[in-house]
Amino acid sequence: MRLGSFLRQCQAVTRYNLETIWERRAVSVVAIFGIAGVVGVMVAVLSMAAGFRSVVTGQARDDVAVVLRSGSTGESDSILNHQDIQVLWEAPGVARGPDGPLVSPELFVIIDRKKIGAGTDANVPLRGVETAGFALREQFEIVEGRNFEPGRNEVIVGDGAAGAFEGLLVGDRIDVGRTSWEVVGRFTAGGGVAESEIWTDTRVLQAMYQRGNSWNVALVRLRDAEAFEGFEAALTDDPRVSLGARRQTAYMAAQSEPIEVFISVVGWIIVVMMSAGAVFAALNTMYAAVSSRSREIATLRALGFSRLPVVVSVMIESLVFGLIGAAAGGAASWFLFDGFRAATINWASFSQVAFAFEVTPELLVQGTTLALVIGTIGGFLPAVGAARRSVVGALREQ
Amino acid sequence: MSETSFSDAAAGNGAATEAMVDVRSVRRTFQRGRTPVPVLKDLTLRMEKGEFLALMGPSGSGKSTLLNLIAGLDRPTGGEVIVGGSEIHRLSERKLAGWRARNIGFVFQFSNLLGALSAERNVAVPLLLTSFSARERRRRVDIALEIVGLSDRGKHRPRELSGGEQQRVGIARALVNDPMLLVCDEPTGDLDRATSGEILDLLVALNRDHGKTILMVTHDPVAAERASRTLHLEDGRLADCGHDGTVVVPVHEPAGAAV
Repeated sequence: MRLGSFLRQCQAVTRYNLETIWERRAVSVVAIFGIAGVVGVMVAVLSMAAGFRSVVTGQARDDVAVVLRSGSTGESDSILNHQDIQVLWEAPGVARGPDGPLVSPELFVIIDRKKIGAGTDANVPLRGVETAGFALREQFEIVEGRNFEPGRNEVIVGDGAAGAFEGLLVGDRIDVGRTSWEVVGRFTAGGGVAESEIWTDTRVLQAMYQRGNSWNVALVRLRDAEAFEGFEAALTDDPRVSLGARRQTAYMAAQSEPIEVFISVVGWIIVVMMSAGAVFAALNTMYAAVSSRSREIATLRALGFSRLPVVVSVMIESLVFGLIGAAAGGAASWFLFDGFRAATINWASFSQVAFAFEVTPELLVQGTTLALVIGTIGGFLPAVGAARRSVVGALREQ
Repeated sequence: MSETSFSDAAAGNGAATEAMVDVRSVRRTFQRGRTPVPVLKDLTLRMEKGEFLALMGPSGSGKSTLLNLIAGLDRPTGGEVIVGGSEIHRLSERKLAGWRARNIGFVFQFSNLLGALSAERNVAVPLLLTSFSARERRRRVDIALEIVGLSDRGKHRPRELSGGEQQRVGIARALVNDPMLLVCDEPTGDLDRATSGEILDLLVALNRDHGKTILMVTHDPVAAERASRTLHLEDGRLADCGHDGTVVVPVHEPAGAAV
């Protein structure tokens, strides 16, 4: 069979099949609905992982180093003293701002707040920052109220935290132990994880938690991304300190990984189980589609059409169902979940991270790919069956 | 357009001069479970170009099986099937499909039109297997519909047509590639008497005025009478003479040459 003839045959049979889909809509809907369900759930679940990743890693930079006590895995179990910070100020590769080296020593504690809606207690990070902390987060912006004043019991609240936890609106007061803090402002930070936090002046926080002159972490802006190796080597080689530095991008990716993996694994288990159901729905639909047209297919073959165009056309029909299902499922999850706000605990810091589901183009491509796989499996056996049927036998059917 | 023929080939007069179908000692055995069921038993048949031949016989006599072999829908267990000079028993299934597309026009009992397509698109289906230009396809569809008297019904879908009109569309589809042989499997089996008469008139006209060679399987003696020759099958063999009186093959004797 010449290619031109083959393509003409495929086109003719496929066109006919597609033109008759509407007449077979009742049974076609079962397959499309099944596939749409799978794609919708998949995209929704993975958009949760994508949203979480985006918040945790979105604002991370290659030219920022996260410095912790050597051997620490996160801010909570790290402690830095004044000498450590002095070493950082003098370390090679550190960028300088108008007020000196761009080194932001920060204190990190956890307080309890009630989650809006659930009413259950959740861990919210309370971070003590200095001037350099703002310089290091270029997208920091006060969107309501004002910044805290150094030395006073004032806090500003990240936009995500304000929406996820009770009592964090501007003008509210937060009582922690015997201290009462006033919320004086609400800030954004480019959608990053900082928006899930409450910030205050480091000195005030040190005094309240009796931390003396110590911190948990230091963020260091480097001259450029290439300066990291020299900076890290200098810290490692300095006998006065025991510090470990990681690029902010790598550090944040590691922070988001456990949750991402958990969501993805649970999500995929659900998706695989649903996919099995959708495959059977697609198989059923395509068997019915082929069966209802067995005499027409036999007629085409009697007239000289070959087997392969029949297989191809049935497969294409099944793939079209897959695409329609993918579009329906993807659209549904986009409308229902894109931007849907949630908060979950970040296992790496045991604190809550507020994030929004993100239905990304990559997820829609993944969903479409899955739908096409289901369509392929669902169409293959009926297609082969249709092509292998005896023409003479099928022509006798009434 | 006043053309009513696809080519310059002159309309025939039914004169038998050249073998269109040459079936030699053909056997066709089907397997029912492990039991072989012979349906055609050493059957020999010759059909001339320009003939209108009717095949009659009781159910199970093998007439449809014989028609399927001659039309290239099935292959014999043994023997030779030569149609238009091609030894089609030697062709692979793939080549046989292409051969059918070029040489055979099928008229089925139930017209077997594609329900979602208009009459003219149904008629055009076999042309999808050719390399004709869109214009030539259009011309051929118009001619075929004109021949069967349905030029004004081309836009209608099958369900909007009567049974007789549907069968005419089926005949137009069979004609559109200008095949050398029309095979008709019970073409009036699903029609009332009056409509059957119209379809048979059309087949006779195709044979007489357009020179079409026609092989028709039928249960209906009235239909068979319209053919130029009738052969009877019984138990997988040709049984007796046609209504024109020509002896074909003696019953249950080894096959010999047809007249």
